[in-house]
Amino acid sequence: MLTVFLQFLFSGLTVGAVYALVGIGFNITYNATSIINLAQGEFVVIGGLMMWFFAESLKLPFLVSVAFTILSAGIVGLLMERLTIKPLKNPDLLLMIMITVAVSIVLRGVLMFSFGKDPYVYPSFTEGEPLSIYGAIIQQQTLWVIGITGFCIILLFFFFKKTMIGKAMLACAVNPTAAKLVGINVSRMVMLSFVLSAVVGAIGGMAITPISLMEYDKGPMLAVKGFCAAIMGGLGTNRGAVLGGFIIGILESMTAGYIHSGLKDAVALIILLLILFFKPAGIFVSKAMHQLRKF
Amino acid sequence: MKKAPKRFLVVLIAALSVFLLFVNAYAKEPYKIGALLAVTGPASFLGEPEKNTVLMLKDQINKAGGINGHPLEIIIEDTKSDETQAVLSAKKLLENDKVLAIIGPSTTGESMALVPILNTAATPLLSCAAGAPITQPVKDRTWIFKTPQYDISAVEAIYGYMKKHGISKVGIITISTGFGDAGKKALLEIAPKYGMTIVAEEKYGPKDSDMTTQLTKIKAAGAQAVINWSVGPGQVVVTKNWHALKMGIPLYQSHGWGSKKNIELAGKAAEGVIAPLGRLVIWDKLPDKHRQKALLKKYTQDYEALYKSDPGTFGGHAYDSIMMIVEALKKVGPDKKKIRDYVETKIKKWPGTGGIFNISPDDHCGLDKSAFEMVVVKNGDWEILK
Repeated sequence: MLTVFLQFLFSGLTVGAVYALVGIGFNITYNATSIINLAQGEFVVIGGLMMWFFAESLKLPFLVSVAFTILSAGIVGLLMERLTIKPLKNPDLLLMIMITVAVSIVLRGVLMFSFGKDPYVYPSFTEGEPLSIYGAIIQQQTLWVIGITGFCIILLFFFFKKTMIGKAMLACAVNPTAAKLVGINVSRMVMLSFVLSAVVGAIGGMAITPISLMEYDKGPMLAVKGFCAAIMGGLGTNRGAVLGGFIIGILESMTAGYIHSGLKDAVALIILLLILFFKPAGIFVSKAMHQLRKF
Repeated sequence: MKKAPKRFLVVLIAALSVFLLFVNAYAKEPYKIGALLAVTGPASFLGEPEKNTVLMLKDQINKAGGINGHPLEIIIEDTKSDETQAVLSAKKLLENDKVLAIIGPSTTGESMALVPILNTAATPLLSCAAGAPITQPVKDRTWIFKTPQYDISAVEAIYGYMKKHGISKVGIITISTGFGDAGKKALLEIAPKYGMTIVAEEKYGPKDSDMTTQLTKIKAAGAQAVINWSVGPGQVVVTKNWHALKMGIPLYQSHGWGSKKNIELAGKAAEGVIAPLGRLVIWDKLPDKHRQKALLKKYTQDYEALYKSDPGTFGGHAYDSIMMIVEALKKVGPDKKKIRDYVETKIKKWPGTGGIFNISPDDHCGLDKSAFEMVVVKNGDWEILK
């Protein structure tokens, strides 16, 4: 029984780590601009597919491929902000969110034409047998995903709390006018946030592709699940997104295991609704803080 | 002055005869047939190879002199994988283009939408979709035929093989799409006939990234084998999870497994996976005397030379549909009723890409489980199981 339970748990952790990484991406843009960037899922897909392109198609060394993938995702994020968000004369939040939906559709089309409709995969970061704990197995790549998620959180924590640029980005979200008055280049911060979220998304994509495969239209599903993770924990808090991601992943897996696999998405979403019913701002955000936010 | 008219006459006669020869070749009216294919939209992975096949065959037939001297004209309409569009395009083909027969559509849903229309218009439809309801009940489907194998035949091929190898308790895992649901229905329906007990029945979404939980449950339920029914990346993820779990019981896939791409994606994990496959993907493994081999070889090689990709099973469905109509046109001429009767009664022991067809008034598909070979993945390649 313990083996079976552990197996369900590990499966939940695998899926949850993916959701968590996508959720963090949402938070970065949200923290700097209050925008919910619905093209976040496409950044993840870009990460997976570009990594395949550099590592498998061009056969570049692993670290070089990682660097190029991050670079190309960063450029996509930069172009997205400069071409669609910056030119807006009258930046309205809802309008900007609609723009991100449009960008996600365009990106998906570009990905379909350049990579086709087939799924892609490359080997795990470390070759070897899955680990066995009390008879339950956990794939090595899952540990990589969890590790990378943790690493991203720590880096982002220091970035937003300890560096000037990070604090300036936070200031832009809270009050853009006041930020401008104290001499922060708001437009540049917004651009930076898009680049950063694209990079985090792409890192997630690179890490999860060996587990789940990657194809051009995986973005919307990842975005929905990642977004659920982010709002469950409280938009804007990274530990919230991580906890939310793991809760949803484990709930799905336990439902599939102990009730029925046909119900797993439904049960996870019902729990999400219940949590938001009692704690509308998410697990880690207080009511007072929530009232300061635009969303 | 006397010579000139004579020379003129010679030139004139020569020109006329060349002209007549030319005219003669194209004097006969073209035979028009329609093709409704999901060239774009979510089912475009079906429609794309089907469209390529239609274009390739049309050129080949016309280069060889057409059908009894009549050029073949195929009007392709894109249904955008949408039922409504399929109906509109079908009406256009029937009313404006006055086609003799229609091949397609690519999906079961679209085909079902066309059943009443084609029956009323009394025009033969040769669908490229697999769903059993397209041709059953056959008394309400006078004008409707289909060329892909039944899902049930694939299930029978699997169960038959399992029975021979002493497996009686199976766990099934299916994708939550039309393909998976149809497969699940067939798996549950036929199980008692082969003495199979379904001990676990699991599902997953088309974009799910881990099916370890479902597989663990199947194993805990005491299954002797797992059957996965899906198309797309899900079947690769299941294969990888099955391999990682070291389940100790064999994994069977549906006939959707038949692409080399799946072996590439799953790598080592694919070793030992068993599936019922149509002979199109394994033509090079067939004995030379097999009746399908020559046509499969020609079709696959021509297609690869032209489009630099392999036709897959789906292009083959379009191939079979066209070739049946072409043969009927050759034998009975441009008469819808006669074409229908020919397809219903004369397509017997007829080798196509999908299998050896035996269409009859009771069965408008004409394929059974013998259309499939049980195939195992060995050293990164297919191997036919005896």
